Amino acid sequence: MSAVAITHNPGLATPGIPLPTGDVVLGGPGMPRRVWVAQIMGMPISVTVRGARVRDAATAERLNGAVEKVFAELREVDTTFSMWRASSEANRVARGELAIADACADVRLVHDLTEQAKAITAGWFDAMLPDGRGDARWDPTGLVKGWAVERASLRLSGLVGDWCVNAGGDVVLVPGPDDPQPWLVGIEDPGDRSLVLAAVSLVEGGIATSGSAARGGHVIDPRTGEPVTTPGSLTVHGPSLMWSDVWATAAYASGPRAPDLLAAAGGYGWAVVDRQGSYPTVRSSG
Amino acid sequence: MRRFVVALLSTVTALILLFSYHTSTNRSADVAVAVSPAYGSGAAATSTATSPAAPLPSAALPAAALPAAAPLAAAPPAAAPQTFTGGVAQTRWGPVQVEITIESGVITTAAAVQHPTGGESDQINGYAVPILNQSAVSVQSASIETVSGASITSAGYETSLQSALDAAAGAGVTVTG
Repeated sequence: MSAVAITHNPGLATPGIPLPTGDVVLGGPGMPRRVWVAQIMGMPISVTVRGARVRDAATAERLNGAVEKVFAELREVDTTFSMWRASSEANRVARGELAIADACADVRLVHDLTEQAKAITAGWFDAMLPDGRGDARWDPTGLVKGWAVERASLRLSGLVGDWCVNAGGDVVLVPGPDDPQPWLVGIEDPGDRSLVLAAVSLVEGGIATSGSAARGGHVIDPRTGEPVTTPGSLTVHGPSLMWSDVWATAAYASGPRAPDLLAAAGGYGWAVVDRQGSYPTVRSSG
Repeated sequence: MRRFVVALLSTVTALILLFSYHTSTNRSADVAVAVSPAYGSGAAATSTATSPAAPLPSAALPAAALPAAAPLAAAPPAAAPQTFTGGVAQTRWGPVQVEITIESGVITTAAAVQHPTGGESDQINGYAVPILNQSAVSVQSASIETVSGASITSAGYETSLQSALDAAAGAGVTVTG
């Protein structure tokens, strides 16, 4: 992790929060860049690369091929884990038709990770979700996304340029081999997805945001089985996207307990973005 | 390489404008641009964003908005200075339309060429429009490159700032200065 600065953009005057000065490290917005976008797992996944050589004809095919492999891997994960496809292996496990021990290696690994996540977050992340009929049902969707995107992004490591993979608002940054520059990652306004309320400057790692049900969020409070309706959003960044995502989900679900819970997330920074009246409030650590 | 600019990505609330940038070859890209702060004015946030949908089953998704693994076409060379007029955005107070001028890769002016008048709108515009003009010019050096947010689904992508950033990057759009 390099420079981490949660900051407002210039011009934002929020009472009570001093405007930072000089802590936004701009990472070459003027550099050549390319972008690819695909819709996988019900979300837009965009892959951006920037760097001096990324638009060179000599590298075009190589970069295309690497990105296509990233997308192909994510489609394969979707086939295995989609809870919307009755025939997916994860669904068969959820219905009790397939034992974990008999599932493929990825399903076994993800099942293990969901259990780890529950333990580490004191139960605030839980893949056992209400099935609508009074029972709990294994649904790893909340963890699979981050896990899959983080793993697939490894395919971009070592290629020219700095890479940014944005999967429906969860972001992985893969620095290039030559003098990697930080990305300025905006944190979406939880009340309006077209706007940004704050920004973090990061070179590598993951950043994930969990937000309110009013915007179509679907974080379930594991203690009640009901959707969390706390206004605002909670963003976590750190070395791993999957764990950033797990912590964001857990801390958002935990509401006012978030600071205490996140104190256990060593190596991860976080920001809470909420609204009080017309004013956004950003609290951060890390 | 000559460049043109799109990113007017300011922070905070206020007006969202759906721009349709027309280049010299009539290629256009719809880019949602957030322009900034009405804090202190008493103006509440305005949004053209639609309500997000719950996550969709993959199989039920419409065709991808953009072709998979296909970079967008590079933008044609642009002469400086150039003027780009955005599409009309409907806000709570009425239609807003913005025009920007770009010179040597830098936004030199941004002005609302159409904005609501009368009643409460005058009070709001008296503050918001000048701020909007300034902020488009001042924030470009701090342009957001990607956006982290909760559950941006395919259905909600078209209203997402991320889609504008992707469109700008895909068009080779660059901000300098």
